[in-house]
Amino acid sequence: MQSNKIAEVIEASTAEFTAQCYELYELPPLGSLVKTGDIYGIVGHAETAGLEPGRKPIARGKEETSEEGVYQSSPQLLKLLRSEFTAAVSGYEDGDKIRQHLPPQPARIHGFVYLCQPDEVKNFSQSFGFLNILINTALPTSTEELIAAALRQMSLAHEDSRAFLVAGGKELANLLSNDFVRLKNILGRLQ
Amino acid sequence: MTEKLGIVTAASLEKGVDVRLDAPVSVEDMVVGRYVTIEGRQRRFFGMITDVRLGVTDERLSVSPPDIADPFIAEVLTGTSTFGQIHVTPMLTIGGDAASILEGPQPVKTIPAHFSAVNLASEEDIERVFGKEDKERFFIGNPLDMETKLCLNLEEFVKRSNGIFGKSGTGKTFLTRILLIGMLQKSRAVNLIFDMHNEYGWSGTHEGGAPVKGLKQLFADRVAVFTLDEESSRRRKVSTDFVVKIGLSEITPEDIAILRATLNLTDLAVEAAYQLRKNFGRDWIRQVLDLSEEELEEPLKAGNIHESSFQSLKRGLGTIGRLGFVVPETKDDAVKNILDFLQQGRNVVLEFGRYQEISAYLLVANLLSRRIYARYQQQTEEATAADNEAMKPRPLVITIEEAHKFLNPEVADKTIFGTIAREMRKYNVSLLVIDQRPSGISEEVMSQMGTKITCLLDNERDIDSVLAGVSGKNELKAVLSRLAPQRQALIFGHAVPMPVAFQPREYGSAQSYKDFMPAGRTEAGQTEEDIEKLWE
Repeated sequence: MQSNKIAEVIEASTAEFTAQCYELYELPPLGSLVKTGDIYGIVGHAETAGLEPGRKPIARGKEETSEEGVYQSSPQLLKLLRSEFTAAVSGYEDGDKIRQHLPPQPARIHGFVYLCQPDEVKNFSQSFGFLNILINTALPTSTEELIAAALRQMSLAHEDSRAFLVAGGKELANLLSNDFVRLKNILGRLQ
Repeated sequence: MTEKLGIVTAASLEKGVDVRLDAPVSVEDMVVGRYVTIEGRQRRFFGMITDVRLGVTDERLSVSPPDIADPFIAEVLTGTSTFGQIHVTPMLTIGGDAASILEGPQPVKTIPAHFSAVNLASEEDIERVFGKEDKERFFIGNPLDMETKLCLNLEEFVKRSNGIFGKSGTGKTFLTRILLIGMLQKSRAVNLIFDMHNEYGWSGTHEGGAPVKGLKQLFADRVAVFTLDEESSRRRKVSTDFVVKIGLSEITPEDIAILRATLNLTDLAVEAAYQLRKNFGRDWIRQVLDLSEEELEEPLKAGNIHESSFQSLKRGLGTIGRLGFVVPETKDDAVKNILDFLQQGRNVVLEFGRYQEISAYLLVANLLSRRIYARYQQQTEEATAADNEAMKPRPLVITIEEAHKFLNPEVADKTIFGTIAREMRKYNVSLLVIDQRPSGISEEVMSQMGTKITCLLDNERDIDSVLAGVSGKNELKAVLSRLAPQRQALIFGHAVPMPVAFQPREYGSAQSYKDFMPAGRTEAGQTEEDIEKLWE
């Protein structure tokens, strides 16, 4: 039931892992649920940049009529650029149970990363323990944006997506009971 | 069936329990005066909702509220960041072990632990606390918003003097009628009712409705109607048992002293009354009214009575003398007659007919009660001396209206009612006081009242005086001042284990009359028929 692998882990720590996509620009959407090994992550940050950290791409499209033309006339670009994303570790599979807290071991380097299918997303989002992990992540993306994106993504897997969002919102309201401004920001991004 | 409301979040024995409502419970469904149970670890608590509040987890929410146009945000925040809170005043506890269950509900001495579940009190809970309708307990109404029958132990109720209060038009008379029927059915006590507005004996009025039946129509064999005004009774087609006349010689200076304010007498005039009584003996009033000035000159001098005091007194006595029921000499002894009826276990309603002025009421009620009380005192003392319980007279409850006129601080120690209220059950006589201005009643008398039932009051001083000395006074105040203007009342004190706001049972429809008849009484139908005939 798993789809094809989309990326490979190139950096891993307890709280997050970074994976490089096999295809340029084929990034999973922000907030989507991905899995490597038995570890679940929520995509929280993505970037596309040159392969060598010190070398910046240069503008090449002056003579081209379309953006697509740039890549066609310089096919090496597809090899020199790479798309990477970082996922916040938000749970793991423990036998037949899904635990929504940090796994005992981080992900393995070169572990294949899969995008979770709606069934799996639905199964994972039965509880909202991951929200607290997301609130405390230290990714470059703002956590408000990340949480809202994650809930929006997950709601797509539920038949009654509004009910799911309300339930998630209520959980957030409890977690952020002393920070109404933050809560309001997230809720405003949920629809 | 219980309905969970929320959990205990804070509590203090003195200030009560704060309950956070669960998200699905609407704060608008919570009304003050309703009963809840709190499931503590070792015991259950019974309490009353005394305040309802809205809470927020973050103060910023009330400073910059969210956009309520978005139903989504409102839905998320309801029950989470914003929530309902109720304040519960715990009243009773029932321990978990067998011994405490047998003991029944006890006054509350501790508080429930954190997060104890709070439920709406079920019908069984209420029944457990107030008891079922039985041979001593009388169904007086339903707790607010509940179907359960609220029962009052009338045997306990009549052991003390009691009060019924409420603004005019709030249903005091209806409530009194219900209680009188209850006492008549469920207790050994007999009632003597001074019925100022002719409401209780034969038929009463119903604001904007058809007349309702009085006690005699429902319980002909247990109620006797006495009247001061035969003519008025006949006009109203009341079948009376006895016409009460008051002899001038029966009136004592003490009776005049109570009427001081209503007759506008000076202190010296009252003093003169005592002097003249000493001088002329029993027949003093007739002498004062009939004798010429020359004839009176001597006694006035002897008694050192000033002319103006005497004139003031004479004017007052003249007013009394002109009352239709006051006669120079009586053939029948009204007091003896009343006592005879009472001793047979028949309740006596004394109608005042057209004599509705307060001076007539004060005079008659005080005069008769004083003599009846004296008789009771004598009988009780004889019974005590003989050490014979059976010789004791039947417990008597005297019902008086406009009680603040009898029991205000100025005259409370002079009227017989002040004495009865204070001496309580020593001589088997107690009071049922009906009043709309409880702040006018002396504090001492108020504090001696066993059970108080109060309909809506909105004067701050009245509320304070009714609730004086009750634990949780401030909370009850909130309940009391929010009663509906009609047909709702709060009862607290000796005869009930905890205060309860209730809706008195129905009175006035054919079904309600039937319900008052004891179950299984075959002649109930008969009575009904007779009554219908009488109305034709």
